[in-house]
Amino acid sequence: MTPEELQEQAEKRRAEQKDTPHQIRVCVAAGCISTQSDQVKEALVKGLSPELQKTCQVNGVGCMGLCKEGPLVSVDDTLYKAVSAADAPELINSLSQTPVQRLLCDSKAPFFSRQKKIVLENSGKINPEVIEDYIAADGYVALHKALAEMTPLQVNEQVTISGLRGRGGAGFPTGLKWSTVAKGAAGQKYVICNADEGDPGAFMDRSVLESDPHRVLEGMAIAGYAVGANQGYIYIRAEYPLAIQRLKLAIRQAERLELLGKNIFGTTFSFHVELRIGAGAFVCGEETALIASIEGKRGTPRPRPPFPAESGLWGRPTLINNVETFANIAPILRNGGSWFAGIGTEKSKGTKVFALAGKITNTGLIEIPMGITLREIIFDIGGGIPDGRKFKAVQTGGPSGGCIPEQYLDMPIDYESLAKAGSIMGSGGMIVMDDTSCMVDVAKFFMEFCMTESCGKCVPCRVGTVQLHGLLCRITDGTATMDDLSQLEELCDMVRSTSLCGLGQTAPNPVVSTLRYFKEEYLAHIQEKRCLAGVCKITVPHAAGVSR
Amino acid sequence: MSPLSTLTPRVKTLKINGLDVSASEGEKILDVARQNGIQIPTLCQLDGLTSVGACRLCLVEVKGTPKLLPACVTSVEEGMEVTTTSERLVKYRQMILELLFSERNHICSVCVSNGHCDLQGMAQAHGMTHVRFPYLYPQQGVDASHRRYVMDHNRCILCARCVRVCDEIEGAHTWDIQGRGGDAFVITDFNQPWGESQTCTSCGKCVQVCPTGALSEKGKSVAEMTKKREFVPYLTLMREEL
Amino acid sequence: MERARIATVWLDGCSGCHMSFLDLDEALLVLADRIELVYSPLVDQKEFPENVDVTLVEGSVSSVEDEEKIRRIRSRTKILVSLGDCAVTSNVPSMRNPLKPEAILRRAYIENVTVQAQIPNQDVPPLLPEARPVHETVKVDVFVPGCPPSAGLIGSVLTELLEGRTPDLAGQVRFG
Repeated sequence: MTPEELQEQAEKRRAEQKDTPHQIRVCVAAGCISTQSDQVKEALVKGLSPELQKTCQVNGVGCMGLCKEGPLVSVDDTLYKAVSAADAPELINSLSQTPVQRLLCDSKAPFFSRQKKIVLENSGKINPEVIEDYIAADGYVALHKALAEMTPLQVNEQVTISGLRGRGGAGFPTGLKWSTVAKGAAGQKYVICNADEGDPGAFMDRSVLESDPHRVLEGMAIAGYAVGANQGYIYIRAEYPLAIQRLKLAIRQAERLELLGKNIFGTTFSFHVELRIGAGAFVCGEETALIASIEGKRGTPRPRPPFPAESGLWGRPTLINNVETFANIAPILRNGGSWFAGIGTEKSKGTKVFALAGKITNTGLIEIPMGITLREIIFDIGGGIPDGRKFKAVQTGGPSGGCIPEQYLDMPIDYESLAKAGSIMGSGGMIVMDDTSCMVDVAKFFMEFCMTESCGKCVPCRVGTVQLHGLLCRITDGTATMDDLSQLEELCDMVRSTSLCGLGQTAPNPVVSTLRYFKEEYLAHIQEKRCLAGVCKITVPHAAGVSR
Repeated sequence: MSPLSTLTPRVKTLKINGLDVSASEGEKILDVARQNGIQIPTLCQLDGLTSVGACRLCLVEVKGTPKLLPACVTSVEEGMEVTTTSERLVKYRQMILELLFSERNHICSVCVSNGHCDLQGMAQAHGMTHVRFPYLYPQQGVDASHRRYVMDHNRCILCARCVRVCDEIEGAHTWDIQGRGGDAFVITDFNQPWGESQTCTSCGKCVQVCPTGALSEKGKSVAEMTKKREFVPYLTLMREEL
Repeated sequence: MERARIATVWLDGCSGCHMSFLDLDEALLVLADRIELVYSPLVDQKEFPENVDVTLVEGSVSSVEDEEKIRRIRSRTKILVSLGDCAVTSNVPSMRNPLKPEAILRRAYIENVTVQAQIPNQDVPPLLPEARPVHETVKVDVFVPGCPPSAGLIGSVLTELLEGRTPDLAGQVRFG
């Protein structure tokens, strides 16, 4: 495809949309589909009279964010929630009459107005299965700009200027990673998109891929150009069938329009993308394990260095970034690195997508500028804690993260602050807990997760997590002693300091952070044989003098 | 790189436990330490096989690096200051050994490797008098289907030496690991009985490299079942020279 | 000088550690001047006495009776010594642990018996689900692993304790 053709495509699609006075958009991302939004869409399509079909389009679109109220449907600019197939006739009638009051969803509410969307700018607006929709929304403009107007070095420069940091969790400066791969040994290089999102309660990457897959492909292609790679892989977990299906479709569409493949935009740059489907191992989100898995080996991590940037897939320099990181690339190139750097805080630029889950009124997907406070996220955007309960803690970063208590609610969200509070930014899972949660039980849940997901290669993680889980079980069933508590602390330190990869090194975090802020709950279980939240069933305490 | 520079690798100078030592570029801390009479404990590492950094016993402190580094896979660097033993390292190593003993059913008194077992010896060397973690007592099998050898999973520490020697030296890749975390265990072929393996050449290399009594020869007494491992670096060296 | 009150007990073990203790031979005579053996499988004392200075425990905690015994012993002993691998690691008795008692008893008393096959349930204490090392049930002060620990080692441990020192066995002992 030539740039002119791209332009033409975009104009044509925009004109088409303009010519249709009415747009009905139905969310067809996994959350709303699980509440039968596909049936809603079908009912709406069937319900349109031949007359209306000329003036109204029904489109499946990506995630609109407020998953809790799904299925979400927007009729022109009016947003409706909890729509069922039976509501279709009423919604169609509203095109000519007044809005359907009982289904209205306030799109001016803080949940929508307080967000800032870069990664999710197209989510809920475009049809993820129609490449022309993405093109009409300035899609592939950034790729063209990079190929036509910039050298790979200049692309790296813009990414560096943007200050973007890895959205997979650790927050490594993206520009630095790209430059390292670009400078790596000449010859074959690879770009990998890590879509093995596996934290309990996290669904950011899934949603991005289901709502706007081309954005990720474009980001990867730009990365390929910048680092000198002509082959990309998306490593995606098999548990995301819809995302896989839409990615496959998107790759086919992009190849058909020659936006991926050989000689993109008539340049010498070629870039192919293939999917690799994970078999369900959480550890394959760790980059070296992921690479081993793509190579067809057992998905276990290996010691770093060498880092994948120097020696990755099949021993070649490999750039590996998370879905959300790639999703930020096109806007950065379109608007310039300094535009992006103007958003967020000094050290954490841009926005971050979070998945709100747990005891929070507005469960769903949000994107906020870095630097706003947890309180704004949970109470303004998230609508606070339901059922009049009291906020207790918010868990960020999944099994590698920690629980942040109330006293840190006014802390700005950035990589450093979260680390200082004993958690991590992580990939963006945010699980809110109220006073009905037992923090020891929460720590036990995450430890069980790490224990089952450990690959078993290194001793501290393989056995240490089992022993940590055993200690936590003894605390929650009321048979633990103070010796057990000190052993728990000692073992947390050991597993964290000696494990081979990030999984083991961070597995103790939920325990350490809950010990830091909620030690009284541990002590109540051990000394008073009591669970303060009333979650743990404490059986008859064992006779005194037991050392274990 | 010019041919000359491949013949004379760059020499690095560094300190290990305060001792000034020199090493060739690319050498690992573990090897350099051993050349200089400094012992660093290892279980999964074996000369002649690739190192995987799995047992974590060889972790050392390197000045200026917050993380502990596995000596078996970490290359020397100019000016590096390495500490191979400290209160912290000793404590962690003891805990690693205790975790290993707690994990499966290591009953030294009735083991064919009693007295010449790397795990048992390592525990003694690290002053272990008891295991502070509760024993897990998992149900583990014994595969005695092979004509000459036995695999006792109760005694396996998952160091994967058998997997590596079979793959890298014998070239058969009969052994591998199945399962995750605590459920991981070594298998022959696709977890078929060893005696029915189509790929096993019965060379016995796996038995010789096994650090514990997990792999042993049938009909050998405790006194006889000593393991010979010198062949591994020898074979590696010979093949490199070809 | 008042003689130290010493006890030895035999839980789930093979008596090998006691045999090793007796292997001290003539050194026992020297020890005898300094200790009073207040309870042992070697003496006819039914009830475990109060105020014991040192108790050497052989064997793992395998039955309900073992568990009761070791708790009582702990409460009446100043220094508790785990003697030998069964006490320290639960050793051979623990080989039944992965299989659980029901299967073990069935194998031993039903499947391999031709006459009057029945699982004994009278006058024998019920088995615990698992044979456990002593320190997993009560606090242990000194660990003397070995199967069995040598007579010399046992002698030196006792001598150290009699001198009021806690023996440091790190590096000198091993399992098995």
